[in-house]
Amino acid sequence: MVLAEHTAGQVSEGTHELIGKAAELAAVLGGATEVALLGPRALADQLGDADVVVCVEHPALAEYLPEAYEEALLEVLAQRSPRLLLMSNATVGLDLGSALSVRWEAPLAAYVAALGFDDGALVATSKILGGKVLAEVELPGERAIATVLGGAFSAGAGEGGGGAEILGVAPPAALDALRMSLRRVVEPDAGDVDIAAADMLVSVGRGIETQDNLEIMAELADALGVPLSASRPVVDAGWLPKTRQVGQSGLKVKPRAYLAFGISGAPEHLEGMRGAELIVACNTDPGAPIFGIAHYGTTVDLFDLVPELVDRVHN
Amino acid sequence: MRIVVPMKSVPDLVEEIEFTADGTGIEREQLKFVLNEWDAQALEEALLLRDSGGVEVVAVGCAVDPEIDQILYTALAKGADAAVRLADARAGSSSGPAGIPVAARAALLAAYLEDQPADLVISGVQAPDDPDGQLPPTLAALLGLPHVSVAVGVEADGDGVTVRQEFAGGLSHELWVGLPAVIGVQSARQAPRYAPISRIRQTMSAGGLGELAVTPREPQGGPVPRRMLQPATTGHAEMLTGSPGDVADQIVELLRSRGLVKGE
Ligand SMILES: Cc1cc2nc3c(=O)[nH]c(=O)nc-3n(C[C@H](O)[C@H](O)[C@H](O)COP(=O)(O)OP(=O)(O)OC[C@H]3O[C@@H](n4cnc5c(N)ncnc54)[C@H](O)[C@@H]3O)c2cc1C
Ligand SMILES: Nc1ncnc2c1ncn2[C@@H]1O[C@H](COP(=O)(O)O)[C@@H](O)[C@H]1O
Repeated sequence: MVLAEHTAGQVSEGTHELIGKAAELAAVLGGATEVALLGPRALADQLGDADVVVCVEHPALAEYLPEAYEEALLEVLAQRSPRLLLMSNATVGLDLGSALSVRWEAPLAAYVAALGFDDGALVATSKILGGKVLAEVELPGERAIATVLGGAFSAGAGEGGGGAEILGVAPPAALDALRMSLRRVVEPDAGDVDIAAADMLVSVGRGIETQDNLEIMAELADALGVPLSASRPVVDAGWLPKTRQVGQSGLKVKPRAYLAFGISGAPEHLEGMRGAELIVACNTDPGAPIFGIAHYGTTVDLFDLVPELVDRVHN
Repeated sequence: MRIVVPMKSVPDLVEEIEFTADGTGIEREQLKFVLNEWDAQALEEALLLRDSGGVEVVAVGCAVDPEIDQILYTALAKGADAAVRLADARAGSSSGPAGIPVAARAALLAAYLEDQPADLVISGVQAPDDPDGQLPPTLAALLGLPHVSVAVGVEADGDGVTVRQEFAGGLSHELWVGLPAVIGVQSARQAPRYAPISRIRQTMSAGGLGELAVTPREPQGGPVPRRMLQPATTGHAEMLTGSPGDVADQIVELLRSRGLVKGE
């Protein structure tokens, strides 16, 4: 079973990645692919690649709300008893994964990059320590939960359609006694530049160390005539605006070239830039996960390399 | 309002990581341990709430965690009102060098919080060294409390808190959550404050770190490690070598050949 994620009437691409994987595993087990759709039933039209859509409708489920989702999903799990629950390893999965693991009594694997059955055992590969280590774990028992990294599986397995059987599940009483409420949806700021529209990006990570050092990166970006983007810690430190953040909670970019300086390549960052045509990474750590996705890499210190690059682009 | 901030240490990623002889775990003996960066954000958010008045912040760690004393003294130096190290009161319960999984950690914290309840528990959204290391919702489920993770701001609001929860693309939701509650922090409203070494030394010599033995319930089983692997970081990227000047030449040539840099 897959938990469908949706905002503003649109089912996420990640949901289709999970349905594709669920269908593959269901074929191994000889079972059906089910999707839990919490919220407007009309969205079932976008879930045609599933066999069954289990729908819970309630005003509290109009937008994602952690407690409402947890109670509704627990009810669906109790009624449908799936072998496996798949969610994104993003906000929704980080909210619900381990709570449902306790309440539904099922082991959880997070940061999942691969998943399959091995001799009857459910085995997950988790990218731990920011992608520096792959932990292969077994999820024992009759049911399990996996929160899956974006982009781990292909979304191709038939988006759209509308042929799924729809089952309604009555909302549990807990939805009328919630201890939280949604006050407002806050849209992202419009930026001065749209990094998602750029042909090339110079991107900087925590390896830059200080705000003052950012100057050399800005010089390079200026010399190339492209925007400066960043990993999350640079934005969290307040050195660049949120609109420059690449990754899961920032923007997804697909430039013709992505130049990464001092970025380790944590899964949440890779999710935002893996589609770039050419990725060149500068990182002093030869074991940095960014080199697993980059086309070209160098372990030269960025503080030595960047001035040389500026020099060559100027001449 | 009493805020409890559970904190844990994780391997410093600057270090080379090696696996145990049987290949199922990380060799922890030689590693340097540092505070989980998301717990640092959680502490900052708790201290910001405290700065607004009427709040007591208690930092809590598990006694078996490497460097936990240093971490808790640093929390005191940053302004936490108290710090507590939790030990497992059950005989022979030392977890050894493998560290303790999130379920056991949550069971210890739940035992503590059942005895000394908090209005708000604020912890880091995830621990990167655990394949299921999402402490806040685990703990909330054990305590039967509402919870919100991936928070980027928590503010007192009547008999609850307003929490900003972040989604992809910078979209966020503003939620109102009644207390008591558990919050998993992604980033604090501002970068974590700095505690000078001299101040940390001062708190250390003043002592003030309490140890408390608690009796947790039996934790739930989690994922069972099979083996650890180094990801294939070599082989994919073609490595450019030479002096910084040589590498710069090669990169500029790559861009030039794609028409991304003008010139010959
Ligand atoms: C829910 C959630 C959402 C997230 N969303 C995002 C997101 O959208 N985007 C994002 O980026 N992260 C996101 N993260 C954070 C992510 O997990 C990582 O913490 C982050 O990507 C790490 O950023 P970094 O690579 O800049 O820093 P680090 O991981 O600290 O890496 C710094 C790198 O710089 C290298 N370095 C140091 N000095 C030099 C030098 N002189 N020259 C060259 N290299 C050097 C180091 O070897 C290291 O590899 C998210 C996390 C969570 C939990
Ligand atoms: N159950 C609730 N759901 C949503 N908001 C609430 C709830 N209870 C109180 N609030 C809000 O919390 C703020 C202070 O509440 P109070 O102090 O209870 O008057 C007000 O803005 C209320 O709207």
